Amino acid sequence: MADTIIQGVLLGGLYCLFALGLSLMFGVMRLTNIAQGDFIVMASFGAVALASVIGERPLWIALVLLPAGFAVGYLLQRYLLNGTLGRDPLPSLVVTFGLSIIVQNALLEVFSADPRALGSGGLNTRSIAIGPVTVGELPLLILATALACTGGLQTLFSQTAAGRAFRAVSDDRDIARLMGVQADRVYATATAIAFALIALAGVFQAMRTTVAPADGPMLLLFAFEAVIIGGMGSFWGTLVGALVLGVTQQVGFAFDPGWGLWFGHLVFLAVLVVRPQGLFPKTKG
Amino acid sequence: MRGAVVRTHALEARYGDAQALFGIDFELAQGELVAIIGANGAGKSTFLKALTGLVPVERAAVHLFDEAIGGLPPELIVRRGLAMVPEGRRLFPSLSVEENLRMGSFARRAGPWTLDRLYAMFPVLKDKRRSPSGALSGGQQQMVSIGRALMSNPAVLLCDELSLGLAPVVVKEIYAAMPAIAAEGMSIVVVEQDVSLAQSVSSRVYCFQEGRVSLEGPSDRLTRAQISEAYFGT
Repeated sequence: MADTIIQGVLLGGLYCLFALGLSLMFGVMRLTNIAQGDFIVMASFGAVALASVIGERPLWIALVLLPAGFAVGYLLQRYLLNGTLGRDPLPSLVVTFGLSIIVQNALLEVFSADPRALGSGGLNTRSIAIGPVTVGELPLLILATALACTGGLQTLFSQTAAGRAFRAVSDDRDIARLMGVQADRVYATATAIAFALIALAGVFQAMRTTVAPADGPMLLLFAFEAVIIGGMGSFWGTLVGALVLGVTQQVGFAFDPGWGLWFGHLVFLAVLVVRPQGLFPKTKG
Repeated sequence: MRGAVVRTHALEARYGDAQALFGIDFELAQGELVAIIGANGAGKSTFLKALTGLVPVERAAVHLFDEAIGGLPPELIVRRGLAMVPEGRRLFPSLSVEENLRMGSFARRAGPWTLDRLYAMFPVLKDKRRSPSGALSGGQQQMVSIGRALMSNPAVLLCDELSLGLAPVVVKEIYAAMPAIAAEGMSIVVVEQDVSLAQSVSSRVYCFQEGRVSLEGPSDRLTRAQISEAYFGT
């Protein structure tokens, strides 16, 4: 049982990385990125493609993909998604849904439907023993990265001038502009950070397992469930939500290999029914 | 008026198809405190929003220090020295009192106003600086809203309905801070529903009626009858 829970926590670390970008974009802009999962898969394929050029060196690949993700996110928000923001959430949902379809089909066209993976130089097969439990080095690295990213985002938001601007724009865009905040650039920066996290999640996903162009919606679902369970707009909440989802899925798998995802969905629905605002809600309205 | 800090000429503004301002001529001198009075819907708040860039207007209709700024985005106008205390205070609910005040200095204008100076003027805010802004009383929230605007070290401070929803004694306390704020030559515009309060704090009064200036003159020389006519159009 202890092993199951530890494996679940490790899986939750990955889900946390899937979900942080979604949580960030929703928290700052009330924008739900339907293409979140597809962009993660795109980053995975980007990593695979890059590996064929510079070799299977995950660190170098990440060093290229993270800034690239940051730039893509900034430009995407500045020149496309900013135009969809407003009181009505529908335009942004429709546009990111459209992006999801475009990304999936572009990946299918370029890479075919075959699953691919990124060699991690043995990292995904090495493990260390902690007491009676054996833990994979890669999942441990992913969990540590997720914790660092969550803590980093929380610190950015609560301790820095940029973070204050993020929260102020989220609270009241017009008044934030009266203070001198350039809302369009703040939004673009938020999405840029979200896409750097997406790139990171994509690299890890490709190292951990195989990826195929149609995987995106499933990853979006996990990310979405983690954000909802944790409560919209709180990064620690997203982390806890991701851990709850990971542990629940692992417990389900332990009962029956077919039950894992189903158990996760059940907990998600239970939270929606019992505590629809999530475990640690921050966002009002 | 040469050297007016703020000058509008034939300023018009509209929300979609509905026109709210019909050619407002307005001037504000250095260090002057001007009150704008008028009934609900007379266009007072729209006028302030037009000055700050929240409502689109013609570029040449608004001049700040003889520079046309009409219709510039609000984030640029605040950098040129125009700050607003918005109607209903509009604090950032997820920010603490001090964080709200710090947001005011986001535009990074140099000047005399600092956190320490604000806390000296409103000591109660220092005690509550870590509280969420929503936990304050209405009067304290108004102090934060004023302080937030001052933190941008503006040349011109626009105050929209400071007395809205506050007890008279609190309103008096808030307005008591005005002389200290104006002492260093800041120009101030107050939009106010309370006519006698507006007259007592200002040197000049504009009365708006249905999007036009219906009366303008020195605060101490306008008569009740004049104001009443300009206010209601009877």
